[in-house]
Amino acid sequence: MAVLQFREAIRAAMVEEMARDENIFLIGEEVAEYNGAYKVSEGMLDRFGAGRVIDTPISESGFAGLGVGAAMAGLRPVVEFMTFNFSFVAFDQLVNNAAKIRYMSGGQYAIPIVFRGPNGAAGQLAATHNTAVESLYSYFPGLKVVAPSNPDDAKGLLKSAIRDDDPVIFLESESMYGLKGEVSDAADYLIPLGKARIAREGADVTLVAHQKSYWRALEAADRLAEDGYEAEVIDPRTIRPLDIDAIAASVRKTNRLVVVDESNPFASFSSEVACQVQERVFDWLDAPVLRVTAKDAPAPYAKNLIEYYMPRTEDIVAAAKKALYAR
Amino acid sequence: MPIPVEMPKMSDTMEEGVLVSWLAEEGDAVSSGDIIAQVETDKATMDLEVYDDGVLLKKVIPAGAAVPIGGLIAVLGEAGEDISGLLAGYDGGAGVAHSEAPAASTGDGAIQPAEAAAPPQTTETAEPPVLADAGRVKSSPLARRLAEEHGVALQQIAGSGPEGRIVKRDVEAAIRQAVPGRSVDPGYSAAALEAPAEDAFETLPISQMRKTIARRLAESKYTSPHFYVTVDVDVEQAVAARARINAKAEAEGGVKISFNDLVTKACALALSRHPAANASWFEQEGVIRRHGQVHVAIAVAIDDGLVTPVIRHADRKGLAQIAAETRELARRARDRSLQPEDWEGSTFTTSNLGMYGVEEFTAIINPPNACILAIGAIRDEAVVRDGAIAPGKRMKLTLSSDHRVVDGAVAAAFVGTVRSYLEEPLSMLL
Amino acid sequence: MAGETRKKTRQPVAEGKAQGNGISAVSQNGHSAATAEDGASEPFVDYPAGAYTHEELGISDDETRAMYRNMLLQRRFEERAAQMYGKQKIGGFLHLYIGQEAVSTGSAYAMEIGKDSVITAYRDHGLGLALGMTSNECMAELFGKVGGSSRGKGGSMHYFKKELNFYGGHGIVGGHIAVGAGIAFAHKYKGDGGVCLTYFGDGAVGQGSFHETMNLAALYETPCVFVIENNEYAMGTATHRAFAQPDFYRYADSYGMPSALASGMDIFSVYKAMSDHIAMARNNRPSILEVRTYRYRGHSMSDPANYRTKEELDARKEQDPIIRLKGYLLERELASNEDLDAADAEIKQEVMDSVAFSEESPAPALPEIYEHVYAQTDYPFLTD
Repeated sequence: MAVLQFREAIRAAMVEEMARDENIFLIGEEVAEYNGAYKVSEGMLDRFGAGRVIDTPISESGFAGLGVGAAMAGLRPVVEFMTFNFSFVAFDQLVNNAAKIRYMSGGQYAIPIVFRGPNGAAGQLAATHNTAVESLYSYFPGLKVVAPSNPDDAKGLLKSAIRDDDPVIFLESESMYGLKGEVSDAADYLIPLGKARIAREGADVTLVAHQKSYWRALEAADRLAEDGYEAEVIDPRTIRPLDIDAIAASVRKTNRLVVVDESNPFASFSSEVACQVQERVFDWLDAPVLRVTAKDAPAPYAKNLIEYYMPRTEDIVAAAKKALYAR
Repeated sequence: MPIPVEMPKMSDTMEEGVLVSWLAEEGDAVSSGDIIAQVETDKATMDLEVYDDGVLLKKVIPAGAAVPIGGLIAVLGEAGEDISGLLAGYDGGAGVAHSEAPAASTGDGAIQPAEAAAPPQTTETAEPPVLADAGRVKSSPLARRLAEEHGVALQQIAGSGPEGRIVKRDVEAAIRQAVPGRSVDPGYSAAALEAPAEDAFETLPISQMRKTIARRLAESKYTSPHFYVTVDVDVEQAVAARARINAKAEAEGGVKISFNDLVTKACALALSRHPAANASWFEQEGVIRRHGQVHVAIAVAIDDGLVTPVIRHADRKGLAQIAAETRELARRARDRSLQPEDWEGSTFTTSNLGMYGVEEFTAIINPPNACILAIGAIRDEAVVRDGAIAPGKRMKLTLSSDHRVVDGAVAAAFVGTVRSYLEEPLSMLL
Repeated sequence: MAGETRKKTRQPVAEGKAQGNGISAVSQNGHSAATAEDGASEPFVDYPAGAYTHEELGISDDETRAMYRNMLLQRRFEERAAQMYGKQKIGGFLHLYIGQEAVSTGSAYAMEIGKDSVITAYRDHGLGLALGMTSNECMAELFGKVGGSSRGKGGSMHYFKKELNFYGGHGIVGGHIAVGAGIAFAHKYKGDGGVCLTYFGDGAVGQGSFHETMNLAALYETPCVFVIENNEYAMGTATHRAFAQPDFYRYADSYGMPSALASGMDIFSVYKAMSDHIAMARNNRPSILEVRTYRYRGHSMSDPANYRTKEELDARKEQDPIIRLKGYLLERELASNEDLDAADAEIKQEVMDSVAFSEESPAPALPEIYEHVYAQTDYPFLTD
């Protein structure tokens, strides 16, 4: 085990996979000579050369589509978006071409591609630069969506994503790139997609949270423990496919569920979990499934507003206590 | 700027108060510290004090109305000041509910349903348990499944969740009662249910105190599995000792003691020797708390209810002091002038119906205590003493215990100690 | 890394496996400055109709006859498909290629099928058949049957054939252009010598994807030919109503690419232009080839084509590429009328057989709805 930053874990996954399979290449804005806008790909140009670590002009639609074509033709591109906010100008490439070509070709063409980059809010960037996209992209059958919360998961999941024969949206976070954690250096460290991780066991209430929200949920669990409530914290890690079995099993035990998600609330990941849980374990619920999400508004700029906008630890504690009927 | 006067929280268990009477009129000048109304809480009738100077511009609610904590009661300000903005601000946020009328059907626009009380209370504090009405029973899916599995009728369970929703803990309590489908304490049933169908009946408003008694004792009976241990105590010596003490007090102008004071003292000493009985079950925290102090509450009957003022550190107080405090607390209870500190914090309770000639009875535990002692009447009885039948004095004590906290052996040991103190009152001096 | 001119600084990109250390073209500073200084424009060639014979182009007599047959198959297939659409055997959209067959067939004979790649938009029947997809799999796909090329999952707009390196059949205007550049990128990356022919209509030129891709392809020097099939109408909007610059080949100059104009009414014009541009692509020189063609039918089956006159249509039909090649074959005595009638009869029979095949082919079983969504075989779908 080595202690790595989140960005280093991502890089380690890419470097290991590119060393293993020469069909893998990295393409995106500032990935090569600039060494990565967030220094994720630092040093990779030197190691793999400009033929495999490729800078692009600001043309998300163009290079995302280029990646899809290369994947259809047998390569395994890793396409970096400087942030997923910029993926929206490439939306057609992701949700039509990457997601659907396999289907429309009757299975003739696989699209083994990873689109990766930071997701969600990163402070006072205002509305267009603060979008959490997991709810959006997980809507589309044909795509997989991965959203790790820590360096170890990031490495194991990215290696799996790169080896996956389906298109994967791999979500990182600007504010988590510096996060340090122990990371396995085992050869072929692969964490399967679609498996949740039970980060903390508890019998009283289940908290489902990923990425930044996961850390808020852990804080909330600590505070709940001070009041005598043991929260079970589940990090789904993969949004699509979702490990609903793990969540449902936990709810069978705790009878209560709070979903924490920095997406906007309407038609979001949290809505999806709430819906699937009531479909599966309705008779085990002792309280409505509650959600803690970003507010139902575009992300604001003002410091106080953006802090209020995001799911906060106290919001999670309050929701958990509400679900617990705590007095 | 008009100043709102809101319903204050006047006790730890209070959720709403009834404005019993107004002591000031609109247009009166009031100043900080003035009492403008009296409010009946679940525990007592309290003075409503204002904290600002000004003119009482509006009495927002009529006498007799119930107001949730934070609800608007009155508006102070300068004469002639426009208060419409302030009133409008309370329309959606805080509210007032008449005790006479169902909250939801109140016609007056200024009167809000009780559910619309200040958001922090409604969202983060569980509402008081209410009996599910004859119509739709609100219950969680899990509660329904548990009830079905255990053959418990949901209609008979009081829900403790929001809007009376029956949740897991309510059903589990009913299951522990082990009386499927009949888990309601008969004493708790509405009088109307017991009346023959053709008889006329009278409906009585439920006072705050009755509501609190209903809620707390129902909760106690549902959630804490009661069991009962009765002992028959030879109180000949205790009666004699009391007679001597009181004769001396009369001669010296001291405090007379009641027999109940002796029992209080005996219980207090026994509790200090049996800390397992001086304890509380804390469900949410997942712990049993053994109290480091002995605070004995004494049930005092008053009009339309009862209160349980507390003799603090009763194990460390002499009989005279216990007697004096008990008398004073009882007087103030009847005057409804007890303050929250007078009734909060008990670790044990006694209830005495001996004065009504009741020989023995069982009491419902006063939460969060683990035990309550029911004291019967002193009986003149023929007893066998030294092989011969002789006149004697006996009294039955019945201890109700919460089996989650106290087991049978502990209860038996505890009442055994109480008995030995009363049978040899001098040992209480040791 | 500064270079004097664009051509000197142009270096191979994305030859990951073959070269391993190409260079990112983004670092080509000096490009625009050099161009501005010398004012040079990119090469342009016109390939007019009637300028070439098959001998000059090195096409054998047999191949010339096969080209005719290849075009006629597309024509007869689509005529029958139109009838089947009217009989409600075919649902959804049906965009016919009739009139544009010289483009598909001319390309198919200029390229190396199986080595080179093809991707096109939704008017894809012609290219599919020209490349060698069978009438059966094409007609059955229109019928939505298991015998279809995509097992009935793609329909008219989404023909794919992996063995032929046919990458579809794409329904969103312009979206596939970037995919084409990616396929070309892969040819270069793998160093397999193949090129990608990326076809789209005049309407797609208005999409951002077109312009982004032209820049990327030129920057990365991908082996790609961008073929603009200019049939003069984007649905019902004539090119001059939609574009300030309707001479589409001229866009190439902006992206530093050579360009050409070919006649879609003359298969030899298309063949010649395509051969030259494929050769450039093999040297990693992407280009734009605008083919002026004409679609006889409406945009789709529901389009009455009121935006053009009957006179215009009749005038164009006289230049029909199939009639033109038929005249060429007869004039040069490469085939007799009887030969050509016999070929026509055979083709018509083949198409009729494909209708019968499609009728008999079973509809996909309902569980197939979850097949081919993911490569993962045990994906946990949210099923009923």
